Amino acid sequence: MNTVDPKEIQNFSKDSAHWWDTQGPFAPLHRLNPVRLGYIKEQICSHFKRDERSFSSLTGLRLLDIGCGGGLISEPMARLGAMVTGIDADAQAIEVARAHAELHGLKIHYQNSSTSDLLTKKKQKSSYDMVLALEIVEHVREPGSFVEECFELCAPDGIVIFSTLNRTPASYALGIIAAEHILRWVPRDTHDWNKFIKPSELGQYVRAAGGICQDIRGMVFSPLKGQFVLSRSNVDVNYFMCCHKPA
Amino acid sequence: MTRKKIKSYPTDAAYDVIIIGGGLSGLSFAAGLGGAGISVLCIEREDPAHMATQSYDDRTIAISLGSYRVLEQFGITHFLSDNDMCPIRHIDISEGSSPVLLNFLSHDIDIDAFGYIIENRFLRRALYQKIESLDSVHLLSSTHVVDFEILSDHVQVKTSSGACFSAKLVVGADGRSSFTREWMNIGVREWSYRQSAHVCMMAHEHPHHFTAVENFRPEGPFAILPMPDDENGRHRSAVVWSRHHRKKIKNLENIGIFEAGLQALVPTSYGRIEVISKPVLYPLGFVHAHRYTGTRMALIADAAHGIHPIAGQGLNLGFRDMSALYQLIISAHKQGRDIGASALLSTYEQKRRFDNMMMSAATDTLNKLFAHPSKSFGLIRKAGLKMIQSVKPAKRFLMKYASGL
Repeated sequence: MNTVDPKEIQNFSKDSAHWWDTQGPFAPLHRLNPVRLGYIKEQICSHFKRDERSFSSLTGLRLLDIGCGGGLISEPMARLGAMVTGIDADAQAIEVARAHAELHGLKIHYQNSSTSDLLTKKKQKSSYDMVLALEIVEHVREPGSFVEECFELCAPDGIVIFSTLNRTPASYALGIIAAEHILRWVPRDTHDWNKFIKPSELGQYVRAAGGICQDIRGMVFSPLKGQFVLSRSNVDVNYFMCCHKPA
Repeated sequence: MTRKKIKSYPTDAAYDVIIIGGGLSGLSFAAGLGGAGISVLCIEREDPAHMATQSYDDRTIAISLGSYRVLEQFGITHFLSDNDMCPIRHIDISEGSSPVLLNFLSHDIDIDAFGYIIENRFLRRALYQKIESLDSVHLLSSTHVVDFEILSDHVQVKTSSGACFSAKLVVGADGRSSFTREWMNIGVREWSYRQSAHVCMMAHEHPHHFTAVENFRPEGPFAILPMPDDENGRHRSAVVWSRHHRKKIKNLENIGIFEAGLQALVPTSYGRIEVISKPVLYPLGFVHAHRYTGTRMALIADAAHGIHPIAGQGLNLGFRDMSALYQLIISAHKQGRDIGASALLSTYEQKRRFDNMMMSAATDTLNKLFAHPSKSFGLIRKAGLKMIQSVKPAKRFLMKYASGL
């Protein structure tokens, strides 16, 4: 089953060259990045009992970044010591990611493929300590199958982290109307609100795939701080779900 | 993690951060970053053995409480003893020959001291000791930078000795006439106050009771800052005495006349005074860089802004720069983000620019306010200060602001 939606890939592909432009079409991702990285590191460190204050706390861990784009998450993870594989269905994004990593002297294995493609190879199964699927569930066909594939790729006792947009009136107002139409943070038609997933739905997919949801955390904009912050109570728009694959 | 090999120049070593300038700010920043596990190279023109001597630099600095906390965070206060510094617990503000108009007590805002007065050489000694204790910091002295080359993931720094080092981020802490700033092609807004200040140390008959005196005069501020007693138990204070340029003191050669002039300005509570260090004249002015950052490069402290030392805020603003940049670098590094990324640097610029402008504007206004010769203006000024004295919240705010909290 291929979970990649070609129309979605086309949509991203036209901006591929701009992945690392902090003012460009992917500016919101750059803005979200410190919060996203903070959450990921916190979850990984607590699960694998690593020192969160260390500058190399992910040393030796195998990480799969699904929908890695230009490598905005892959690169920091590699700097922290993880052995990173980044995959994206958009061939141009992979080109950009490869060139950027080489420029920065980072060893990252980038591959133009999908989770479905990876799973055709036997040795890929259960071979990642951490699987990241960030801002991607809302772009795939058949999210249930996609979640299942994520867990198949994850090693026993590993973790899978999703981040996505909730399907609420608030996410329609902020994620679609404000972000795409008013603030123009992201290009129009980046998101289809109907494909947004509620935490309860994502949780169902996770359970069906044999995973255990460990943590749900919202990401909200704090006007006071002028930046995005993590929130335990507000998961109305962007949220993370960190799941454990039992050994 | 592998680092890309540099083809064109042989690189002697690669660091996370290279700091240009090993003055008080450069050394402090190096100590802070190094203590957090960042690899740092600090390049200084002068020979440190020479810089640590009293004759090289006998100035004292006022470290605000905010700065002191940064020094604490950087692990530097550990190398300072109580004898090295003197707490400021009272601040008396007056105008001309009038009695004290404003009187700040540190107890009023529940702090032990507004700040500390410390001789530059003691802070410098503590910084050297701290840096020596760190494997992550290398100090390269008696060498200067001749050129930079900015590449995609690092900057190459070429020195006069023919060496070449690389770093993800270069920090210019090379003072008012920063080479780094010039190389980055950043202009400055600069003006002079047509004032200079004599700085010296005096011994006095009676103890200072940890009091700082700030006396605003038409020719500029006159300040007395409490210092620790010397080894013979003599009470000491530092003096900052500003003068109009045109009245540049010709009688400097005659220390006796200088001393007599000073005695007349010092409140009688100090008793007889004696000038115990050669007065040095510093021009007062304001320099503000048009930008603080460029690709993989950032300016801190005097390289970014030099202000009138009237409120003792010069280095204190520098510490605020360091604190901001430190937080950004550490949190990025902890997350594996690029510490020389443009987004990080523009955040630094945003965070600091406004604060530095405010502070320099505030001190500038304060100075202009007191330098105004008109009599009616003087009355308004006095009324304003009296009002501050009686309105508690306003006073508390001012006190907190002055102590950098």
